[in-house]
Amino acid sequence: MSSDQELYGRRGRVVTDMDAKDITRVEELAYDLKIQEVMTRDLVVASPTMKMREMLELLRNRRISGAPVLAGDKLVGILSLEDLVRAMSANDLDADVDKYMAKVLITVNGYESLVRALETFTRFKVGRLPVTDEHGKLIGMITKGDITRGILLAIQKDYQEEEVRRYRASHLFEDIVSDRTTIVMRYNIKKDNFLLGGNASSNIKRALVRLGATPQIARRCGIAIYEAEMNLIIHTTHGGRIKVEIEPQQIIMTASDDGPGIENVDLAVQPGYSTATNEVREMGFGAGMGLFNIKRIVDRMELTSTLGQGTRLRMIIFLERNESLGEATADQTSQGESAE
Amino acid sequence: MNLQTIMDELGLTCLTQGRNFTTITPTSGYASDLLSCVMAGAKSDGLWVTLQAHLNIIAIAALLELSAIIITENAQVEPAVVQKANEQGVTLLATPLSTFEVVGKLWALGLRAD
Repeated sequence: MSSDQELYGRRGRVVTDMDAKDITRVEELAYDLKIQEVMTRDLVVASPTMKMREMLELLRNRRISGAPVLAGDKLVGILSLEDLVRAMSANDLDADVDKYMAKVLITVNGYESLVRALETFTRFKVGRLPVTDEHGKLIGMITKGDITRGILLAIQKDYQEEEVRRYRASHLFEDIVSDRTTIVMRYNIKKDNFLLGGNASSNIKRALVRLGATPQIARRCGIAIYEAEMNLIIHTTHGGRIKVEIEPQQIIMTASDDGPGIENVDLAVQPGYSTATNEVREMGFGAGMGLFNIKRIVDRMELTSTLGQGTRLRMIIFLERNESLGEATADQTSQGESAE
Repeated sequence: MNLQTIMDELGLTCLTQGRNFTTITPTSGYASDLLSCVMAGAKSDGLWVTLQAHLNIIAIAALLELSAIIITENAQVEPAVVQKANEQGVTLLATPLSTFEVVGKLWALGLRAD
């Protein structure tokens, strides 16, 4: 892991570019969650002077597969089912726990991330680890099962948070009372920045879904914005701006730039007409279908351009009663779960 | 026919994170290297066969909610593209076959344009 390969992201943690491509939400959580957040705190403990036979009963009754061994306050070993099996096969169940417990103690700190515990499980081929605090005091135990449960809970929480966001946002239009409420989103689009191409459209699509738009409406807006966004990236002098005005009954999307302007607007809208360079075409753009696609997908399209000054593309999608933002969700609320 | 069957029949390599592909059922197919044509022609939950492997194909697949992109002729896919695909939940499949061959095989398996 050389430092020049490292890139910083995901809440400041270091990720090498070798593994960055493989990172999933689960792996991300393995870094974000602390061992003490998922470990078992309610501990069943053994003492070194207990008999293995008692240990067998303890594990059986509590339905656990191992326990830390404490002498007073001090962690002195770990006893697992495997140790019991060894004692049983030696017909030695009257021996002390001290004889069979693992004394080489591998512990993890509670404030470390789950990844540390996972690495330790793999490296030492153990199934459970005692967790200590910064003073070395035992505060819990962690197993792979705890990790799975912790990650599943966190994923469920993610999901619920998104649902809550969506729910709150979809009530925005009802909660704000005015004669005409408009939510305006603005995006600056840089010339030639193909890497960011599609970001504005996916952000807008997500916002619309949260505001209660139907998947079809969100998709139509996403497609229209994507084409407009790529036009700004490919064809403008300095890039441009996208403005999305969301109202309960309509969505108005405007893409504007300050040049170079379109010579023949009617021609530009013809399917297949393109002024794109070969370089851009090699990437699959410049099919000459962008404006034509927009025209097909929105309810109204207005394209105005002055050569040397700039272009303004206005796209409107009207929302039918059953698609409208705010009111449609209000109907659903009164039928289903009551909000207040 | 689910995506796992298609991957097995065509010997496709999955570049993105694994998921249960038997639960994904592509409903149609579309082939083009021109992104605006894909925007206009590909159906949601469909498969898209293309030679393009740059970052912008991910935005298209996410916007259209495609079931997967099949990248043909082993076109070079940058790690950043795979990362973006994982973030957006887009499945990328790779094959040494040409677009023509892939489409032919998909058609033979019963997949249609819509």
